[in-house]
Amino acid sequence: MDHRLELRNVSKSFGEVKALQNVNFKLGNNEVVGLLGDNGAGKSTLIKIITGYYQPTSGEVYFNGQRVDHLNVPKARALGVETVYQERALAELQTLWRNIFLGRELSNPLGFLAVKKMKSETHRLMTQSMGFTSAAVTPESKVGSFSGGEKQGVAIVRALFFDAEIIVLDEPTMGLSLKETDKLLNFVRGIRAAGKSAVFIDHNVFHVYSVADRVVVIDRGQIAGEFSTKDISLDDLMEKMIRVAETGSLN
Amino acid sequence: MSTQANGITPKAVPVYKDTFSLTKFARRNGAQLGIFSVFIAMWAFFIVMAPDTFLKPQIYYAFMSTIPFFAMMAMPLTMIVIAGEMDLSFPSIMAMGMISFILIHDSTDSVALAFIGALATGMFIGWLNGVIVVKFGIPSLVATIGTQFFWRGAVLVIGQGKSGSLLYTKDSLLHPALVGKPYGNVPMQMIWLIVIAILAWVLLNRHKFGAHIYLIGDNVNSAKLMGVNTGRTRIMGFILVGLVSAFAGVVASLHVTYFWPSLGEGYLLRTLASVFLGGTSVFGGVGTIFGTFIGAFIIGAIEAATVAIGLTGFWTQLIYGLIIVLSVIMHTYLSKRVE
Repeated sequence: MDHRLELRNVSKSFGEVKALQNVNFKLGNNEVVGLLGDNGAGKSTLIKIITGYYQPTSGEVYFNGQRVDHLNVPKARALGVETVYQERALAELQTLWRNIFLGRELSNPLGFLAVKKMKSETHRLMTQSMGFTSAAVTPESKVGSFSGGEKQGVAIVRALFFDAEIIVLDEPTMGLSLKETDKLLNFVRGIRAAGKSAVFIDHNVFHVYSVADRVVVIDRGQIAGEFSTKDISLDDLMEKMIRVAETGSLN
Repeated sequence: MSTQANGITPKAVPVYKDTFSLTKFARRNGAQLGIFSVFIAMWAFFIVMAPDTFLKPQIYYAFMSTIPFFAMMAMPLTMIVIAGEMDLSFPSIMAMGMISFILIHDSTDSVALAFIGALATGMFIGWLNGVIVVKFGIPSLVATIGTQFFWRGAVLVIGQGKSGSLLYTKDSLLHPALVGKPYGNVPMQMIWLIVIAILAWVLLNRHKFGAHIYLIGDNVNSAKLMGVNTGRTRIMGFILVGLVSAFAGVVASLHVTYFWPSLGEGYLLRTLASVFLGGTSVFGGVGTIFGTFIGAFIIGAIEAATVAIGLTGFWTQLIYGLIIVLSVIMHTYLSKRVE
């Protein structure tokens, strides 16, 4: 059985800085993998390689067993990778409906926009899944006026809307209240329930442990360890994390 | 494109209908209403101060004859500014387009080919601006200061600083099509301005290109993350400025049936002022074609009006400055409240 996504011996350098070194990473079907690691460990670089934002300096990327060269953002999207970025990738001066369809506006072959359809779809998504209860929020509302949680909601619903196979979440709980975090973690569980896969970065070990099937620990650009959350207790995981942070390895 | 989302079960949801309310309308179009109010207030002031001039149609025919030359260029310039870029080279593009026009006419004796050549020259210079900005990463303000000098220099070197009559265009179809008066006293350049404004509005509000222009100006990082080709979009914007500038250069020259090598030099600040007066933000992401259109007419009217209400022409620039500064303050204030 082929993995939905596999990175083989992937390295990425920025000039002298080696952000990733010989990383092997697998993501199965219907699996949620949590990435853990300190600031600057290489989590974001890894995610940006998966989403096609960075090209690896060396190594190979496979989707469903097929090698994919020169992966870029549109290619990754075509392969079903959807991202909820740390910075949410929103345009705050623009309306909600424009943000939902950012970069892939519904249009006719000549590029003219299907404005009515986009507004209607946005309205449908809002009423069905975004949980926007305030009457003041319409598809015409400017995203800059939303709360942190609502902005995150926009980014998540956008990822859901387009037929994603792999949903990548880059620090999605950052800046969210407890209640909003809880909603978000339920959403991550929903990804698995829908038969899709997810990669999930978070600083918070509790968040990762509570939703992930598997945890991958990255340190200084290398994979320091992998654990199935079924086989390890939260306390043991915490202990291992601390050991990795101190020594750079599990041994 | 699939419209069926993962994990979202389709339910019958009533189609979104935007209900109209005056407060909503005011909130969404604050900047445009603001500049429109300024326009109406100024107009009322002019009528009260100089009724003999402003209650007769002649002054309006005069406006329709002269304002379109720079108002046309303000349309694609609005897009470039919304994208967070700047283009200062358009006055030189006007003149360089006319150099092509004259050279091609001299060698082929065809006004049609000359016209096409002028437009192609404008597009080429615009493309070059875009490439310098996008591929070399030079800030567009600096890059187009450079190209502005370069192409003005090219006009002087190639044309040896000479001016020339364009009387021969009067026998062609081009002259009546661009600057004729087929509808009573309304000049064709006014019709062309309206056509260009409508096309610009459609492109900006109903086309992917415009959606990406707003997006790039708002947050270029988001645009890249979402897979928008930010370089190509900006280059396209510069090409449009080049195209319309060359067109405006031909129109302005045919209007006086004469080519001056200084063509365009008086238009730089007026055109920019129209864009900013109209509420387009210098920080990008915000701006409208309607605002620019009104802005151009405010700028164009001030000069005639100061004289008509009995002030000397010396006052013109002072009033320009006052209106521009006050309007930009108004826009900043409105945009803070509207959020």
